[in-house]
Amino acid sequence: MPDSSTSLLSSSRQKETLLLGLRGEWDIREDPPGFDSLAPQFSNGNSPAKVTFDAAELGMYDSSLISMLLQLHKECEEHGAAFDRDALPEGINQLLNMALAVPEKRDAHAGTTERALLYRVGEASLKLADEIRELLAFLGECLLSLGRFLTGRARFRKKELWVTVQECGVEALPIVSLICGLIGMILAFVGARQMAGMGAPVFVASLVAIAMVREMGGLMTGIIMSGRTGAAFAAQLGSMKVNAEIDALKTFGFNVIDFLVLPRMLALIVMMPLLTAYANLVGIAGGALVTCVGFDVSLTAYINTTIEALNFKAFALGTIKSVVFGVIVAAAGCLRGMQSGSSASAVGTAATSAVVVSITAIIVTDAIFAVITTILGI
Amino acid sequence: MAYGSFVLMRDLNFTINRGDIFIIMGGSGCGKSTLLRHLVGLKEPAKGDILYDGVSFTNADPDQREEMLRGFGVMYQSGALWSSLTLSENVALPLEQYTKLKPARIREIVSYKLSLVGLSGFEEFYPAEISGGMGKRAGIARAMALDPGVLFLDEPSAGLDPLSAQRLDEMILHLRDSLDTTIVIVTHELASIFAIANNSIFLDVATRTQGATGDPKVMRESCPNEDIRLFLNRGLTDEEATPLTTTGTSL
Repeated sequence: MPDSSTSLLSSSRQKETLLLGLRGEWDIREDPPGFDSLAPQFSNGNSPAKVTFDAAELGMYDSSLISMLLQLHKECEEHGAAFDRDALPEGINQLLNMALAVPEKRDAHAGTTERALLYRVGEASLKLADEIRELLAFLGECLLSLGRFLTGRARFRKKELWVTVQECGVEALPIVSLICGLIGMILAFVGARQMAGMGAPVFVASLVAIAMVREMGGLMTGIIMSGRTGAAFAAQLGSMKVNAEIDALKTFGFNVIDFLVLPRMLALIVMMPLLTAYANLVGIAGGALVTCVGFDVSLTAYINTTIEALNFKAFALGTIKSVVFGVIVAAAGCLRGMQSGSSASAVGTAATSAVVVSITAIIVTDAIFAVITTILGI
Repeated sequence: MAYGSFVLMRDLNFTINRGDIFIIMGGSGCGKSTLLRHLVGLKEPAKGDILYDGVSFTNADPDQREEMLRGFGVMYQSGALWSSLTLSENVALPLEQYTKLKPARIREIVSYKLSLVGLSGFEEFYPAEISGGMGKRAGIARAMALDPGVLFLDEPSAGLDPLSAQRLDEMILHLRDSLDTTIVIVTHELASIFAIANNSIFLDVATRTQGATGDPKVMRESCPNEDIRLFLNRGLTDEEATPLTTTGTSL
């Protein structure tokens, strides 16, 4: 007795046998029926013992029919029902044979099961612990590598060091000039309005000088280098990983940290203080431009006030911070590059992550410096 | 061999003799390249040991392992040339780092190694400026830089035209015969296998272990495992595994 039908697929149940009628044109663009329409036949312990077909009126067919039959075959296997495909056309049988030739590797699935909240929290915590362990191991290896460098035992290409120094030094000057010059001008605009109100616009020079040398010079250079150089490091190392270039280094017995991370870290340790000093100078010049042109302060007075405002401690603090920021940018870029997956999109993700991690770490570190220097009265 | 809890292959037990051209073969996804990565130390076995000249590679301390690695040359499927270096710099790097040779001597050796693989004149080209086949050959030149005792080649002839693949096979035979290099190759190119190999392992994806070991020419004729015979006869049954003919002319 028929219990369901469409123009393409009908089903009738005779005792334990399910007879499926296939007819008409099965065109994937016309949304033909899928296994869903047959699912009730296998629910509530009411599964048939055998499934057979009547394909006498079947016309053209495509993947829509084969995929439905495959799903049906799978359900039959799961419910212990016989899948009698003798009545199916030879072409369909051949396609089914091809699809069923290699059994599904059930244990090869990536594990997409939805887990309980507690399980996921635990899993995320373990992952975080692993990441922290990896980060500490990486920093430890970097320290050992620096030690080997200082004792002349590190093995790397000197040429690579100079190329990196140039890339993250001289080539960064234009962007550092633009950003830090504008920062100096913004500071001057903000400060000059307040100082002019109090009748002492020349003290804008002190504000700009102290702000640039103690904070903004190093901070802005660090952020610029994160976006420019940190991302480049992550992308370079990530691409090397995708192309198995890192594997090639390992199988020659080269220490990958010495070879790839050390030159990049050394380059930033050397160049960050120099770039920061340059950024300070450009920022102060930007401040001078705004103050002298816009608020009628003489250049001599501006320079004298700047020199009076600055001292060795401010320079030392700015320089130390810039070295720390350089280490952060290099470590984040290289770590994310080395951790990159082996696909093109993974390289992009590694570069993005390197920028996010290093900018966050730079700002947190700067805040820690601010607290410490305030407590110590520096 | 395992990825996390997923066991890819188990109970692998085989010997490669000095001077062998040893093939690692099997169906797609069976773990051929993964086995190679284990042999060169890029992956650690979940269980068991890998011995070179009777010395454990798996449990070697870092210095000992580095020393053993210097006896290996590895060519990767993609060539894996260092993209920021020219071909000559790629081949020179191991020599610069591990020998005390003068730059002029290194240039001579680099030039010789590149000429061995037919890349004379391409010394100053970057990897991005040469074809895939040339990249593979440059990868072999780099792998041979330190005259390794064991040369590992991952799918060396994949993607090459038949004539280039044949020339590569001849080069591999020449290397083995003239330098007494042991050569381990991952491939499923049957023409290459029968042309150059004298020893092999077949990884059986169905049973997830080694299906057979030995000379592939012998395995093709008399391996008790029918799937392996079919594989080596390119899917033909024993009766069908004769040269195709049409109107009496051999194809």
